[in-house]
Amino acid sequence: MIVRANTQIQGLTESILSYIRPEVFPTPFCSGCGHGILLGAILRAIADLGWDMDEMLFVSGIGCAAWIPSPHFAADTLHVTHGRAIAFATGAKLFNPALKVVVIGGDGDLASIGGNHLIHAARRNLDLTAICANNYIYGMTGGQVTPTTPLGIRTATTPQGNTEPPFDLCRLVAGAGATYVARYSVYHIRPLIRSIKKALTHEGFAFVEVLSPCPTQYGRRNKLPQPGEMLWLMKEECVSLQRAESMGEEELEGKMLIGEFVS
Amino acid sequence: MSETGWITVESVLKPGRYFLQGDEACAEGAIAAGCNYYGGYPITPSSEVMERICNRFAELGGGRVFIQMEDEIASIASCIGASWAGAKAMTATSGPGLSLMLENLGYAIMTETPVVVVDVQRAGPSTGQATRPAQGDVMQARWGASGDYQIIALSPWSVEEVYSQTIRAFNLAERFRLPVILLTEEAVGHLRENVDVPAETRIYNRLRPKDREPPFGQAEVPPMPAFGQGHKLLVTGSTHDEWGYRRTSSAQAQEKLADRLSTKVTNHLDEIIEVEERFCDEDELDILVIAFGFTARSAWRAVKVARQEGTRAGFLRLKTIWPFPEEAVRQLALRSRAVLVPEMNRGQVLREVQRVAPQAQGYNKTDGEVIVPQEIWQAMRHYCTTLRYRRHRQEVM
Repeated sequence: MIVRANTQIQGLTESILSYIRPEVFPTPFCSGCGHGILLGAILRAIADLGWDMDEMLFVSGIGCAAWIPSPHFAADTLHVTHGRAIAFATGAKLFNPALKVVVIGGDGDLASIGGNHLIHAARRNLDLTAICANNYIYGMTGGQVTPTTPLGIRTATTPQGNTEPPFDLCRLVAGAGATYVARYSVYHIRPLIRSIKKALTHEGFAFVEVLSPCPTQYGRRNKLPQPGEMLWLMKEECVSLQRAESMGEEELEGKMLIGEFVS
Repeated sequence: MSETGWITVESVLKPGRYFLQGDEACAEGAIAAGCNYYGGYPITPSSEVMERICNRFAELGGGRVFIQMEDEIASIASCIGASWAGAKAMTATSGPGLSLMLENLGYAIMTETPVVVVDVQRAGPSTGQATRPAQGDVMQARWGASGDYQIIALSPWSVEEVYSQTIRAFNLAERFRLPVILLTEEAVGHLRENVDVPAETRIYNRLRPKDREPPFGQAEVPPMPAFGQGHKLLVTGSTHDEWGYRRTSSAQAQEKLADRLSTKVTNHLDEIIEVEERFCDEDELDILVIAFGFTARSAWRAVKVARQEGTRAGFLRLKTIWPFPEEAVRQLALRSRAVLVPEMNRGQVLREVQRVAPQAQGYNKTDGEVIVPQEIWQAMRHYCTTLRYRRHRQEVM
């Protein structure tokens, strides 16, 4: 009976219950972490498409986001070394093109140590979907700066505030040749699910950057310890690409553009 | 891969004599063994392996996949990914590239993934001399990845043996579900010799689970499922239980896994280790020369000359370097007054020999040139003379 599972796993709807391994819940994510929302969003996108999880392969590296599929998803999962998920996924996809391969990783995993694989997969326009849960921080290792940490932000390794400009991951991946590129936050759940669906069905390299709050490592150090506040700020900071067109440079300062960059 | 276990198949190349370079023979051996995935990155002196595979895969078709990846890290990563998708995968590199592959080599050990890694050794450390031979990666191959583990490394001494040992590397990788390293040197990789290709090839295809069998336990070498077949596999480089669930704080799970990863090799040394003994039948030997790879060619010549001169010289060639053929060395060393280990490094195999044969001495060279027979012959003579002198002094005193 689904009733039992429903009472144990709050927030999951019936449609995606068959896509998880109930015995591994609750997730290991901290209170207020956005990765649980993203976990649900990915599964809802798959459920909406009616895909069979047995045809899918989820590849993830090291970090909090890598634990989204492994071990929660009831599918083939390949949990690999730090940063190399896309390279492992490349081999599996090329040898068995029937597999629907999805890479899930964090900003440190995919954009720092794995940056080379990210741009080369985009260049090859390999038929993979990469979902980057960007929380601007190395969560698992204790809150160090990443290549996406905004300027001025305090982290364990930038106690005076980050002085290095961050990557704009979407523009990076678009520039490298990806044929579907989008960014949303876990706050923008409906467009996010729609975007993941498009990415999954897209032929070629699809990249979805998902802004996800990390109150534990990022928020605490930057006067944002409340998950609700972080989500709210995410809503405030995000500006859709359409709306940005009518905004001036000053107005856009410090904003994150969301929407489909390449589609 | 329909049939599993040991099977005999028709060789892919038409049977007959071929004049091949070592690196080319490696590519052909891989194809004969059923290699159908290659992910590589160029590096001298191994690039010819990749180029040959690339062209041959294109000729042969049949779902074989070749890709030149963005670096060595990605090369071996893609091979491991492909192996879990059901491929027989290989990559080839040289010492600096092997260094980059080591983390994922450890991943292949931990996840029990069959994959073949060819290291055409060149003079190092670092970039060193790209076109000059060396045998300096013996220990890198053994202990390069983090943690405790067993690994298999083979060392061919001729082009023909590059062909046959590449096949063997695949068979061992599939049989024991682990990465196997083929350690060759630039000197063999770029050597051209005849290779006799037989009509049939014995190959081993990894066992498949019959129903729901744990992919990481119970059996010593568990059957290996593939992605996309409904197994809902959990593959992870973290410590895991027999179904692949992470057990990162269980001492018991860690010990059980680490133990099996080692004992699945150490329980089968007879099956894995191959050595070649020549002139080793006498009850007592004046000198035993232990060599591997290209250096063994020179050693063999030196031993033959020494015997013509009346020295009771024996020759032991290590075809398998890891796991180390300790027993074979021990048995012969017991009957040998002197043991000489010539190698193109500073004594990496010598010290393994000394564990069981304390009398062993090395002849070492790291100038990027091969060791020629005369050098070994001289080292043998010097060694034997010193021993005779010492014995004489002991008798006099």
